[in-house]
Amino acid sequence: MIAIVDYGLGNLRSVKYALDRLGVESELTSDPAAVARAEAVILPGVGAFGEAMANLRELGLVAPLRDYAASGRPFVGICLGMQLLLTRSEEHGLHDGLDIIPGQVVRFGQELTVPQMGWNQVRQARPCPLFEGLRDEDYFYFAHSYYCRPDDPAVAVGLTDYGQAYASTLQQGNVLGCQYHPEKSGPSGLKMLRNFVSLIKEQV
Amino acid sequence: MLAKRIIPCLDVKNGRVVKGRSFVNLRDAGDPVEQGRLYSEAGADELVFLDITATLEARQTIRALAAAVGRAVFIPYTIGGGIRELDDIKALLQAGAEKISINSAAVRKPGLITEGANAFGNQAVVVAIDAKRVGGGGTGFQPVPSESTGYKPVLPKWEVYIDAGTRATGLDAVQWARRVEELGCGEILLTSIDADGHTAGYDIELTRAIAGAVGIPVIASGGAGGPEDIWRVLTEGQADAALAASIFHYGQYTIAQVKEYLRDRGVSVRL
Repeated sequence: MIAIVDYGLGNLRSVKYALDRLGVESELTSDPAAVARAEAVILPGVGAFGEAMANLRELGLVAPLRDYAASGRPFVGICLGMQLLLTRSEEHGLHDGLDIIPGQVVRFGQELTVPQMGWNQVRQARPCPLFEGLRDEDYFYFAHSYYCRPDDPAVAVGLTDYGQAYASTLQQGNVLGCQYHPEKSGPSGLKMLRNFVSLIKEQV
Repeated sequence: MLAKRIIPCLDVKNGRVVKGRSFVNLRDAGDPVEQGRLYSEAGADELVFLDITATLEARQTIRALAAAVGRAVFIPYTIGGGIRELDDIKALLQAGAEKISINSAAVRKPGLITEGANAFGNQAVVVAIDAKRVGGGGTGFQPVPSESTGYKPVLPKWEVYIDAGTRATGLDAVQWARRVEELGCGEILLTSIDADGHTAGYDIELTRAIAGAVGIPVIASGGAGGPEDIWRVLTEGQADAALAASIFHYGQYTIAQVKEYLRDRGVSVRL
């Protein structure tokens, strides 16, 4: 079973709708035990970083998510969910993240229209199983004001240009992240979710 | 590169898509979920559903619609119309909408913008501004300003209207746009009441005035008659996205035709 982590923020339903469309079973859950036994975990999310971490703490999900990441099973963070994987964010004051992928979450420059809202391209800087069968520089849907700056540039497997090139797809072993919303990115996004789901089968 | 967005708008009344001229004389143009799915397949970047029923029962209808669209459409969509409180916002976002749009409620209760942004992020909160030209500028003849004639140019101004364009608020549209940005709104859906429904082009001056005044994205709406109008509002008008209804609903242009036109003129689009 794929666990879609529900920590009381935003639009989780659309990830579930997309998996339903792919014919893949999933559950929305806030239960640490469900995360611990999941075959794959999706950490979605929109909203504010500090509030998201506070909710994860309150639900007792921080340690289970970190343990899960260390288990080697497929894990993807989407949008805010990807940012939560990092060490720290500067969104409305400094907030500690899950610190699974070392790095900082910082704001786009003042000269840019923020949030970045709309379809932008993902340049495949390094091979990543999420990109399987997708063309380089394909478009995905973004809606965010902060972006990830991982300490190790090698984990930035996909890059997007907005003012500058920044990490829009992350991979650190079994832990993946998409700054964009694959569940809202049409056929390319559904293909990417399919690629994520297929990582489960490779495990067995 | 971030693409300019083309957004078909579906006005929904009693669960059916309608589109009128200047908010009256509505005509029926189909089932919203099916239309949304078709537009998504045709290359729309986003969809906007505006519920213009504005009755209490409509709230349930639009929530059901939000969920039905979510199951069938895998591009972002915004739902607007009749949103009055945080619970309405929450219900629509949880049903699967990417964003909600508030208009009259934002004017009556500006704190709702901030509440929504704090709870769901500012990218989820769109403020719709319906603006009407109230003086100066305009597209007609104006004498050349000079000291000898004593003529001073009158700068154009636009007033914010609410309640489906029926009630003037006294608010200046540019100042209101700045204010909603401060309050936490993540995007402005800007409709020119003068241009809406007339397919004679967007109000470029209005769009540029608002886009230049704020640091958040602006969706231009009202007046699209063809690809050239859309090109103008995305370039001269400095809009981030263009919303259109009639030209798509009645099959005058496809989304692909509009995007090809834009691409050939150097505008970044998702094709």
